[in-house]
Amino acid sequence: MALTEKRNVSSKLNPKRPKIDIESIVEGILGSRKRANDVFDILESLRSAKEKDVISAASACSKLFSTLLERKDLFIGKLPDEDEALNGDYSAEEKYHIFMRHRYNSCVEMLLEYLHHEVHEVKESVLSCLMKFAAAEGQHPLEDMDWSEHYSFPRQLIQLVVDNILSKTTDNSLLISKFQEYLEMEDVRYYVMSSIRVNVSAVMEKNKEVLLHVYQNNVFTLMSSINMPSQESELTNFMVKQEAKLEDWKATKLSDHKRGFEKMWLGFLKYKLPVSMYKKVLVILHDAVLPHMIKPTLMIDFLTAAYDVGGAISLLALNGLFVLIHQHNLDYPDFYRKLYNLLEPSVFHAKYRARFFHLVNLFLSSSHLPVYLVAAFAKRLARLALTAPPTALLIVLPFIYNLIRRHPSCRVLIHKPTAEDEALEDPYVMDEEDPVHCCALESSLWEIKTLQKHYHPDVAKAAMLINTPLPVQEDDISEVLEITTHEMNNNES
Amino acid sequence: MGKPPKKKSLADKVRKTKTASEIKNNPFEVKINRKKFDVLGRKSKHDVGLPGVSRSKAINKRKETLLKEYKQKNKANKFVDRRFGEYDTKMAPEDKILQRFAIERQRVHEKKDVYNLNEEEELTHYGQSLAEIEKFNDNVNSDDESEEKGLLSAELTASHFGGGGGLLRKKTSEEQEEQGNQRAKSRQELIEELIQKSKLEKRERQVQREEAQELTEKLDQEWKSIQALMVKKTPKSEQTDKPEEKPKLEEYDMMVRELGFEMKAQPSERMKSPEELAKEEEEKLQKLEADRLRRMIGEDGGDGVQRPAHLSADDLNDGFILDKHDKKTLSYQDGKWNIGKETEANQKEELEEEQGEEEEESDGGEEEDESDGGEEEEEECSSEEEDGHSDLDSEQESEEETSSKPKQSLSREELKAQQEAAKAELPYTFPAPESYEDLRRLLRGHTPENQRLIVARTQKCNHPSLAAGNKLKLQKLFGFLLEYIGELATRSPPELTTVDKLIPELYTLCQMFPLAACQAMQSILGDAAHSMEEVLEVKGHASFPTLDMLIYLKVTALLFPTSDFRHPVTTPALLLICQALTKCPVRSLQDLTSGLVLCCLAVEYVSLSKRFLPELINFLSGTLHLAVQDKTSLGYTLVPPFRLAGKYSNLLVLSSSECCESWSKESLPLSVRLELDARSDLDKDHYRLNCLSTCLDLVKRCCLLYKDLPSFIHVFQPIRALLSKHLLTQTLPKPLQKFHSEILDCLKEAPLTHSRLVFEKKKPIPLKLLTPKIVEVLDYGKKRGSTREERERERLKHKYKKEFKGALREIRKDSRFLAREKLSEVMNRDAERKRKVKEKGRDKGGGAGFHKNKQSVMNKSQLLDLQKEKKRKTTHNNTTGASYHCVNLMRKYTQQSPGTQIPPGSYRD
Repeated sequence: MALTEKRNVSSKLNPKRPKIDIESIVEGILGSRKRANDVFDILESLRSAKEKDVISAASACSKLFSTLLERKDLFIGKLPDEDEALNGDYSAEEKYHIFMRHRYNSCVEMLLEYLHHEVHEVKESVLSCLMKFAAAEGQHPLEDMDWSEHYSFPRQLIQLVVDNILSKTTDNSLLISKFQEYLEMEDVRYYVMSSIRVNVSAVMEKNKEVLLHVYQNNVFTLMSSINMPSQESELTNFMVKQEAKLEDWKATKLSDHKRGFEKMWLGFLKYKLPVSMYKKVLVILHDAVLPHMIKPTLMIDFLTAAYDVGGAISLLALNGLFVLIHQHNLDYPDFYRKLYNLLEPSVFHAKYRARFFHLVNLFLSSSHLPVYLVAAFAKRLARLALTAPPTALLIVLPFIYNLIRRHPSCRVLIHKPTAEDEALEDPYVMDEEDPVHCCALESSLWEIKTLQKHYHPDVAKAAMLINTPLPVQEDDISEVLEITTHEMNNNES
Repeated sequence: MGKPPKKKSLADKVRKTKTASEIKNNPFEVKINRKKFDVLGRKSKHDVGLPGVSRSKAINKRKETLLKEYKQKNKANKFVDRRFGEYDTKMAPEDKILQRFAIERQRVHEKKDVYNLNEEEELTHYGQSLAEIEKFNDNVNSDDESEEKGLLSAELTASHFGGGGGLLRKKTSEEQEEQGNQRAKSRQELIEELIQKSKLEKRERQVQREEAQELTEKLDQEWKSIQALMVKKTPKSEQTDKPEEKPKLEEYDMMVRELGFEMKAQPSERMKSPEELAKEEEEKLQKLEADRLRRMIGEDGGDGVQRPAHLSADDLNDGFILDKHDKKTLSYQDGKWNIGKETEANQKEELEEEQGEEEEESDGGEEEDESDGGEEEEEECSSEEEDGHSDLDSEQESEEETSSKPKQSLSREELKAQQEAAKAELPYTFPAPESYEDLRRLLRGHTPENQRLIVARTQKCNHPSLAAGNKLKLQKLFGFLLEYIGELATRSPPELTTVDKLIPELYTLCQMFPLAACQAMQSILGDAAHSMEEVLEVKGHASFPTLDMLIYLKVTALLFPTSDFRHPVTTPALLLICQALTKCPVRSLQDLTSGLVLCCLAVEYVSLSKRFLPELINFLSGTLHLAVQDKTSLGYTLVPPFRLAGKYSNLLVLSSSECCESWSKESLPLSVRLELDARSDLDKDHYRLNCLSTCLDLVKRCCLLYKDLPSFIHVFQPIRALLSKHLLTQTLPKPLQKFHSEILDCLKEAPLTHSRLVFEKKKPIPLKLLTPKIVEVLDYGKKRGSTREERERERLKHKYKKEFKGALREIRKDSRFLAREKLSEVMNRDAERKRKVKEKGRDKGGGAGFHKNKQSVMNKSQLLDLQKEKKRKTTHNNTTGASYHCVNLMRKYTQQSPGTQIPPGSYRD
């Protein structure tokens, strides 16, 4: 009875109260149970429209409830309805606990709502508040627990937080970067990964074949911000200290982490992605994802699909494929043919030019390749060089020279003395997709001869090299891969 | 008596009298040095020696030096020969005599005449007193001389030219006689006689001369009296002579005179050095400025000079002052320019199109002049309205004035008007601007032409040869001007006429300071490239360069050579252009215009060098792609920044085909950006067609430019596909159809076949040769392998040894010589004494035999003692040549001595 009275009074008084003494209210609630109804004031100010009030109220809440959690002043176990509790057969102590637990739940609900707030500061403080609750809950679980089966971790709370962070409407990348610091903790990371998986499958099942750009972007940001440990011994930083049976806890096992990680990624990549997302995924795939998977070969489907898309996506898929071929014995039929067809004029203008040429250089460094293939690559690159900017030309010309050096039988491309001085049309067929039939070996690299008249002196000089037998030493391509026009300019002066 | 020396001297005399060849041929004189080996081709100096000659030489030398020293030994007195130049062999004897005479005279003069105030020394000429000569100086005639010369008396000639022939004759006769004393006496007498004779003759001659003088004077007087009578006659007589001579003389004389009077090549004025020219220029400007200032203040000074300048051709001389300067809006007050209104507002906004830009280099100047004229007219109109009041007033007033007092030199109003004119005129000297703001202030509010003038004058006033700091100032000026041009281009509307006017000044500055200009331009281009790079990193694409950057690129092409293989300015500029062409997506017609301008610039850059620009072709084919209506089934690939399909891929597609008829080719304006959106569809279509025509024109140029490239076909494949399949002729207006067909023809003509690539032919590298190398050794016997220093040391050592030996030998010879001398001294002394003893004995008569015996015995014993002593010495020091020689002599002497009386002279036999 008294409680309701008090509540009425407080609600009446609330608008007049100055909000500055929110700290003192917290002190008061924690000091004596009689002032427990003041908690409504705090919740009221949490509802306020002003960001400042919200932030201060959130910090007050976090202080209040984490202290209460510590004191075990919150009801533990299955929570009865509030009215039921009032009428029911509970002691005053229990009634207080139930009351406070209800307030706690409503507070959490409100905080979760605030995760969609447009002001970043609010979101940030709310998030830190929620994570504090999560930590406190982990330490002092609110559930009745059978210790033999369960480990105390606020899985529900984390699930709720993740669900709310992965918004469908707003780009939460800033908040996610804030959230990243909690992901450093092993158990949080583990449970976040599984929550992501659950969330993604739930959301994507609902909206089949529809691209949710913002949502997928948020998911990707969150997933890419997960830093996987490389060794089990590194798993030391936990949010919740488990008292018993530490060995069986999944969050302490690296393999479980990996499995969770793998499931999460596969669950995400299962669904249709926008093109920009494809690129983003492929960029990080080879060094952030593949090494942390238990079975990287599971990515084959995804990668081959991406490789067949064409254009820049194919270029990027090349990197992941390379890892699979190189380290996991993937046998890819017609790999070189596809690679050959990847060579388009746009290759020289793409953002990932350096990476692409690095890989192509790797693929073509084998000395067991057939001559016709190497010649086809050289000729095609030379033909494409006719449209390339000077920075790309400084890569392509040494690249072609290296090919010819590695495969001396390709030297006919730049040196084919004939008895009779006949002139012939270029036999090379540019449109032929199969390097076997493109007749590159019968051709000569007249394109490089053309480039000897290029306007840039460095390029012209590089092209001049075909006038004389090439020096034996291979050129180091990695030096020129990242060269920019500005650097070329600076070399100039 | 003096026999032994005489004998010796006789031998020497004999030797001396003989010639060198005689001595050499005399087998007794010659000693042949035997050689151990005959070496072919070697010429030895010392195969034949002349011991006698060399010995006598050595002895003579010793006599002159060593003997003298020996005789001077222990003597305190010394004979000093102080005759002037006696031992100076270099001096000619005449000089010697002259000097001696001078010294003598000096001595006499000094001693005698120190206190002699009155008496002056008599000056003579050839022994005659000058004072006397002066007396009849005038009368000396050539006749006299000849007379005198004619007098050739035997005596005179004998005395003068015969070298004292008479004397000689007497001498010879005297030689036959024996006595020398008499000879001297007769000679003296003779000379005295001679002198007396000559004096006499002289006197006679003088008398004669005086007489002759008198006679001539008399004759002269007589001649004068007759002369008047002869005046007429003589010319005739001369004329009779002359005709014969004249023709000969005339030719030559004429020539000589002609040559004499001919204009000689005058020394032309020296070419002026650049410094002087600059100085002159500056002086001229300063003078003009001073003049202007004076007129502005209102002084009446240079009126006469200035006035004609103000008279126009239409001036009726009615006193009206139609000063065109009055009409200009420019005014000058308190050293600052103030102007009411920007005149550039009237400027045409239609600017030179890119094609025109290229042509403009050749004939742009004239066009601009015309347009300028137009502008000025406009200006005049507007300004007349503004300050029409004052003009009217002054004109009216002046009219009144002139009507009332037409002859007055300068009325007050006229003065005032002139003042105004001076104000309106540009100052002639300008300080170099210290900052960009200064420059802006300086140029603000001027017409383009005047701005150019200001810059030009600033440049002349601050020519580097005029002051030390000017170079730096002008270098700065270049940077400021560049900045100013950029600013002009960013104004709206851009003042491109001004830019155009300023470019010649930029060019001259650039020629003056290529390095500074290079740096200034480089920094501008570098900044642009850098900012573009930054934008690219952030966004992935950039926007097309703004108008000022386009102008900069154009200016670069004008100022610097574009055809260099590598140039610190043009290469980055070209890179910048190409980067813009690849990285800047075309999103509007403005973008396309900018891109086409860049293409034009690129073509201009490579027009001479014919370098290959892939970006240019890419952009042009992309532009053509924008005009294609049906974007399916393309036979070509596109290169970024163009895309196959998308929002902006239909930029050049015409909205309706009717516009083709109404369209006529126009130039692409640079400053279209603002108004484009407001235009109607038809205007837009026209604009599109303009773009397309420019593009096709560029494609045509490129075709011609790159015709010779080996992969011409492949480079132009996209364009070919576009033109032949997608942009069909029917859809284009007529002028474009022409381009279209021309391009396709050009592409068809290109050769399809090429010969295969082969390496350049190289010279075969010669095989390494393994035959031994043979080196000829030419200097056998010389020590090889030692360093230069070692060899030098060896040589010195050897030389020292040789010299040492030579010196030893010389010393030995010296001591031998001395010993001989001493011995001969002793011998002489002994002989003297012996002789005296003998004489005494003879005098005594009877006791002679005894004396004689005694003497001889004593002599003998003495000699024996001496001999013993010598022997001991020789055993002691056998090498001493002198003692050896002595011993030899002694031996001889002792052999001879027993029983015979030794004649004193026979010691040396």
